[in-house]
Amino acid sequence: MITYKAGKQPDSREYRLIFKNVDREGWDPSIDCYLRDGGYEDLKKAMGMEPKAITEEVKKSGLRGRGGAGFPTGLKWTFIPPNNTKPVYLICNCDESEPGTFKDRYIVHQDPHQLVEGMVISCFAVGAKVAYIYIREEFPEAAIILENAIAEARAKNFVGKNVLGSGFDVEIYVHRGAAAYICGEETGLIESLEGKRAYPRIKPPYFPAALGLYMCPTIVNNVESLCHVKHIVRMGGDEYSKLGVKNNTGTRILCVSGDVKKPGYFEVEVGKVTMRELLYDMCGGPKDGREFKAVIPGGSSAKILRCDESFTLKGKGPEGTDLKLSFWDIPMDFDSLAACGSMAGSGGVIVMDNTRKMSWVLNNLNTFYAHESCGQCTPCREGSMWMKKISDRIVAGEASPKDVATLESVAYQIDGRTICAFGEASSWPVEAIIAKFREELLADTKETNEEVPHNPEAEAQRRYLQHA
Amino acid sequence: MAHSILEDNVASPETPGSKFYPPFVPTAALEVEADKRLAQFPEDQKRSAVLPILHFIQHHHGFISAEAIEWTAARLEIQPVKVLEVVTFYPGFRQSAPGKVHFRVCRTLSCAMGGSHELMEKLCELTGIDRSHADSHHHPVTVSPCGKWSVEFAECLASCGTAPVCLVNDDFHEAVTADKAQGLLDQYADGHSSH
Repeated sequence: MITYKAGKQPDSREYRLIFKNVDREGWDPSIDCYLRDGGYEDLKKAMGMEPKAITEEVKKSGLRGRGGAGFPTGLKWTFIPPNNTKPVYLICNCDESEPGTFKDRYIVHQDPHQLVEGMVISCFAVGAKVAYIYIREEFPEAAIILENAIAEARAKNFVGKNVLGSGFDVEIYVHRGAAAYICGEETGLIESLEGKRAYPRIKPPYFPAALGLYMCPTIVNNVESLCHVKHIVRMGGDEYSKLGVKNNTGTRILCVSGDVKKPGYFEVEVGKVTMRELLYDMCGGPKDGREFKAVIPGGSSAKILRCDESFTLKGKGPEGTDLKLSFWDIPMDFDSLAACGSMAGSGGVIVMDNTRKMSWVLNNLNTFYAHESCGQCTPCREGSMWMKKISDRIVAGEASPKDVATLESVAYQIDGRTICAFGEASSWPVEAIIAKFREELLADTKETNEEVPHNPEAEAQRRYLQHA
Repeated sequence: MAHSILEDNVASPETPGSKFYPPFVPTAALEVEADKRLAQFPEDQKRSAVLPILHFIQHHHGFISAEAIEWTAARLEIQPVKVLEVVTFYPGFRQSAPGKVHFRVCRTLSCAMGGSHELMEKLCELTGIDRSHADSHHHPVTVSPCGKWSVEFAECLASCGTAPVCLVNDDFHEAVTADKAQGLLDQYADGHSSH
């Protein structure tokens, strides 16, 4: 009988699969606790299967990556070249840094063996003998917890040489990052693991499954995704695919923060909970005396949605007619959010109420992206800082209406023109906040600001031209 | 005398916090750590061990000095500039000493909405830190005049549901609104958590 700590009981709408042991009464991260609860039985089952059969189950399950991109996990595993002779690596992406996201944190701090078990199963499936957990630097406690868990697993022959007498060898190492968001990008992570600056690689040709770590086939998966693999082996891909909705199967962990009464994490079947249920029923609604204004539904890179918006989903209604959906009725699944012009992303739901100025929100995010740009691509390196400077001016009341148009055009000159998706990540918030809140941003601008120099160089130029 | 850019990059200016950290010198413990980490990678990929080695050095010495860069490069059999480019790229590595107790306050959206910038202001007020010359790219860390405290803004620390959050050395603290600042400083009065 599972009970949870006082004040941390899951909401009645939750389905605690990955988060079964988070906040659980009487639970600790040790292997003894995990084994008492039936831990590593799924690894035993997996070791009795053919590796290809495990991949088939993951494909049948419909699992989509939980790091943010939502790419089908089983499909990604099949991208390893068929006649490969190089070593294969598995990397667990534990760099959780997408603003608004806080789920992997709890897995690695409270239930590390679920991840270790999921990783060993995945290594067996894809033929990886060495795996790395790339963990963000700001989780120092979890790095130690994970290293202890791996040592415990090794002592019980779940990791190391000849796992459970199968003849399969696997080593797992914990590798701490150094506080760079771009290490969450799989090829940036790989460059970092190789000991270099985290400059992402262009895909094609550098799809990690073909040319990854040390240019060997490498599978990079999110912490949560690797945990789902364990459960897929246990229940079988078909059974797993009955959870959630079509093409959006399983469970996912939603992380709600910002202007709600009860922020926190909620694991739900994908698509079975709407925005209304999430924000009102599960999070207690807005703070007293305030109203919901806007929501970023999938981590800061996801395009913002207005709470008073409606969407027309072409051909998604009965008999192929158009479906009209209000913001509040959007089901929290990958396809619905994409159809509404945003994305499910990492599950980081950031809520803003009517006390928030959108120029301030935008500036906070622009500052983040300007800081985190790796600097490799000219549009992003120059553009992200330029966008921040413009939104700095808007917030300071020093912007002209033309600045909003310039800001928008800079974003569109980054979008689609960079080596990695950070270009889109930094430009989408600008594009969406301007598109949805243009009037509000313009209201903070003054035409007379057009004549005001914005920096010492422009001031010097203005003086020079005046006297020329 | 021509000004050397390399000197600028590798020089570690003294800070009020420098007195709390021993200067870099290779120790037996460092050699053990280097061996352990190098064993985690293929023989011909020694460079991969650069991050874990730099973490060990910074944990003991507060920052990465020119001597530490040279030692690390020699150990990994790579040119010093390849270590320097890592030190200057990652926000997690410092080139000068922080205070004895270092605060990293999250500045990103959910924590900002929860009052993290007010927390930073309060911490600066209570410790006598003047952040007016701080900038996120080149001078993110500001040290108090007594050297005991230092602060910097960090980006999203992945705990947005309990905003605002901060790291104090390697300890994580949640729901730290500005009114909790004094209590936090009291907790670390001896340089480490008294809890």
